[in-house]
Amino acid sequence: SRTSSALTQRIEALVPGKTTIDDEYLDELEEVFLSADVGVKTTMEIMDLVRENVGRSLKVPGDIQPFLRREIGRMISLPAKAETEPAKPHVILVIGVNGSGKTTTTGKLAHKFIGQGKKVVLAAADTFRAAAIEQLAMWAERTGAHIVKHQHGADPSAVAYDATKAALSRHADVLLIDTAGRLHTKSNLMDELSKIERVIGRDIPGAPHETWLVLDGTTGQNALNQARQFLQSVKITGFVLTKLDSTSKGGAIIGIIRELGVPVRYIGIGEGVEDLQEFDAESFVDAIFGV
Amino acid sequence: MFSQLQNSFQKVFKDLRGQGKISEANIQEALREVRVALLDADVNIKVVRQFIAQVKEKALGQEVLQSLTPGQQFIKIVDAELTELMGQTHTKLHLSSTPPTVVMMCGLQGSGKTTTAGKLAASFKKQGRKVMLAGADIYRPAAVEQIRALAEQVGVDVYAPGTDISPVEICAQARKLAMGKQIDLLILDTAGRLHIDDALMEELVQIKASARPDEILFVADAMTGQEAVNVAQSFDERLDLSGVILTKMDSDARGGAALSIRALLGKPIKYIGGGEKMDALEPFHPDRVASRILGMGDMLTLIEKA
Ligand SMILES: Nc1nc2c(ncn2[C@@H]2O[C@H](COP(=O)(O)OP(=O)(O)OP(=O)(O)O)[C@@H](O)[C@H]2O)c(=O)[nH]1
Ligand SMILES: Nc1nc2c(ncn2[C@@H]2O[C@H](COP(=O)(O)OP(=O)(O)OP(=O)(O)O)[C@@H](O)[C@H]2O)c(=O)[nH]1
Ligand SMILES: [Mg+2]
Ligand SMILES: [Mg+2]
Repeated sequence: SRTSSALTQRIEALVPGKTTIDDEYLDELEEVFLSADVGVKTTMEIMDLVRENVGRSLKVPGDIQPFLRREIGRMISLPAKAETEPAKPHVILVIGVNGSGKTTTTGKLAHKFIGQGKKVVLAAADTFRAAAIEQLAMWAERTGAHIVKHQHGADPSAVAYDATKAALSRHADVLLIDTAGRLHTKSNLMDELSKIERVIGRDIPGAPHETWLVLDGTTGQNALNQARQFLQSVKITGFVLTKLDSTSKGGAIIGIIRELGVPVRYIGIGEGVEDLQEFDAESFVDAIFGV
Repeated sequence: MFSQLQNSFQKVFKDLRGQGKISEANIQEALREVRVALLDADVNIKVVRQFIAQVKEKALGQEVLQSLTPGQQFIKIVDAELTELMGQTHTKLHLSSTPPTVVMMCGLQGSGKTTTAGKLAASFKKQGRKVMLAGADIYRPAAVEQIRALAEQVGVDVYAPGTDISPVEICAQARKLAMGKQIDLLILDTAGRLHIDDALMEELVQIKASARPDEILFVADAMTGQEAVNVAQSFDERLDLSGVILTKMDSDARGGAALSIRALLGKPIKYIGGGEKMDALEPFHPDRVASRILGMGDMLTLIEKA
C-alpha cells in the first residue's frame, strides 16, 4: 500500500476537510515530523523549505506529498560509491550501542550473502555479554555460516585475529564481525573497537572494508550522539536502522545522514532471518506519514 | 544523564534574569526555549504541549513576589510542575506478605529486561532474600543460555526449561517451584515484543493470569524516542503495569522518555539501570531527577540570594 495516492490521502487528512495550506495545516505537518523523531532542528529546516514554497509550487495539500518525497529523499540519498570488485574476503565490522540489533543483523546478513552463493565466516567478538557467543552460534547454525569463537571473557581482538586467519584460509567471500554492545560515551570501549579495526587490517589490507553502525530505530535524538561519537573512533561506512517494524519511524536518521554524510545500507524489519531490506529513501519518507 | 536538558533550561533562565517583570512576551520566548529543550530531550510532543500550557497558566496567573525576580519565579514554577510530573517519592518494589513475591518483566526487544532481571536478583540476594529467575523467552536465540549464565553469575536459582514448553506454562511451573523451594522473590523474564504484536501481547496477558505477579515492570531504554509513551501505554492497557524501569541511563541520553511515561501513565519509575554489570541498578528518585533537569542545586542558591 505504499502508493502515492495513499500518501496524498494521508497528508490531506492531516487536517480533515482542508483544501488550503494554512497555518493550522503546517502545524499539523510539523507535528508529524516531530512525532517521527526527526528532531527540532531538521524539522525546522524541512518546514522552512515548505513555507518558502507555499503559494508557489505548493498550492494545495496534494502538492505537499510529491514535494516532500523529492526534497527529503534528496536530503538522505547519498551518491553511491563507484562499484569496485569486492575484496576477498570482504570484511564487515558490525558495531553499535547495547541491544540495538547487531547480532541479529549479522545473522540476517549471513543469510543474505549465503543466499547469493557466498561463503561466510562469522566472528563472535562479543566475548562480554552473557551468552552472546551462543546467540551468534545459533545464527551460524541457522544460516549455515562458519563461526570463529573463543571463550567468554576472551580478548575480542584475538577473536577478530583468528577469524581473519580462518576467513583467509577457508577462502571465504565475506567475514562478518559481531562486536559487543557499547555506549558511545565509554572511551575505553571505543578504544577496544579501534584495536579490533587495526588487527583486522594487519592481515587483510584495506579491511575492514565496511564498518556498519547499527542504530535502533526506536531511539530518539540520542542516535545522533551515538553516530558522532562512534565516528570519532572508527571509520563508519554505513548505517543499519533496525526495528522499523515497530511504530517508531526512525526519523532521527535524516539529521544524521545530513550531518555525517554516511548512508543507510539496510533496515531491519523483524526478528526473522529474512527481515532485512535495502534502505530506500522514498519508502522511508512514506513511512513517516504512515503509509 | 539529564545534563543537556539542564543546560538548555539554564540558558533560558539566564536570559530571563534581570527582566523587570514577567511579560506575556518574555514568557512566550522562554516557553519556546523550554519546548525545544524538552523535544530535544525526547519528551513526547503531547506531554510537551500539556506541560507548556500548565506552566504558562501558572506563570501568568501569579502575583509577582517581592522577594524574587520574575526570572526566578518562573524557575520555581517550572520546577514545581516538573517535580509534580515526575512524581514525588521513590516507590519501592511491593513485596507480597505471602512469599514468593512474583515480578514480571516486559518490554520491547533489547530494552534490557534480562540484564535487569539479573540485577534485581543480585540486589535482593544481597538483602538476604532467596531469589529465583525464570526464563520465559523461548524465541530469541540463546535467551535460555543468557538467563542461566546470569543466574549462575549472581548465584541464584534458575528455572529455564528450554524452548519446547510454552512461556505461559514455564511461568506457571516457576511459581509452583518457587513455593516449594521457599523462594522470596521470583522474577519472570519474558521475551522482547512489539506492543502491536497481538499474539505475543496476549501471551503476556496469559502469563499474568497463570503466574499472578505482584509486580509487572515495563523495562524501557532511556534512549527511546517519541514512541516510548505509546508503547508503554499499550503494555499498560493490556497488563496494568505496576511500574517502570529505565535502563541505559549511563548513556548521555537526555531521558525524556522518563518524563513522558511518568506523565501520561502516572505509573512510578522504580529503578534505573546504569551499566551492564550486575550491580548497576539504583532506586529512582523523581525529585532528584527533576532537580537535575533544572540544575536546581544552583537555581536554589540563586533564588535564596535574592
Ligand atoms: N522487532 C525487531 N526486533 C529486532 C530487530 N533486530 C533485532 N531485534 C531484536 O532486538 C533484540 C536485541 O537484538 P540483538 O541482535 O541481540 O542486539 P545486539 O545489538 O546484538 O545486543 P547486544 O549484543 O546485547 O548489544 C533481540 O530480541 C532481537 O531479536 C528488528 O529489526 N525488529
Ligand atoms: N550500558 C548499559 N547497558 C545495558 C543496561 N541494561 C542492559 N544493558 C545491555 O543492553 C543489551 C540488551 O540487554 P538484554 O538484557 O539482553 O535486553 P532484553 O530486553 O532482555 O532483550 P530481548 O530479550 O532480546 O528483548 C545488553 O548488551 C545489556 O548488557 C544498562 O543499564 N546500561
Ligand atoms: Mg549482540
Ligand atoms: Mg531478554
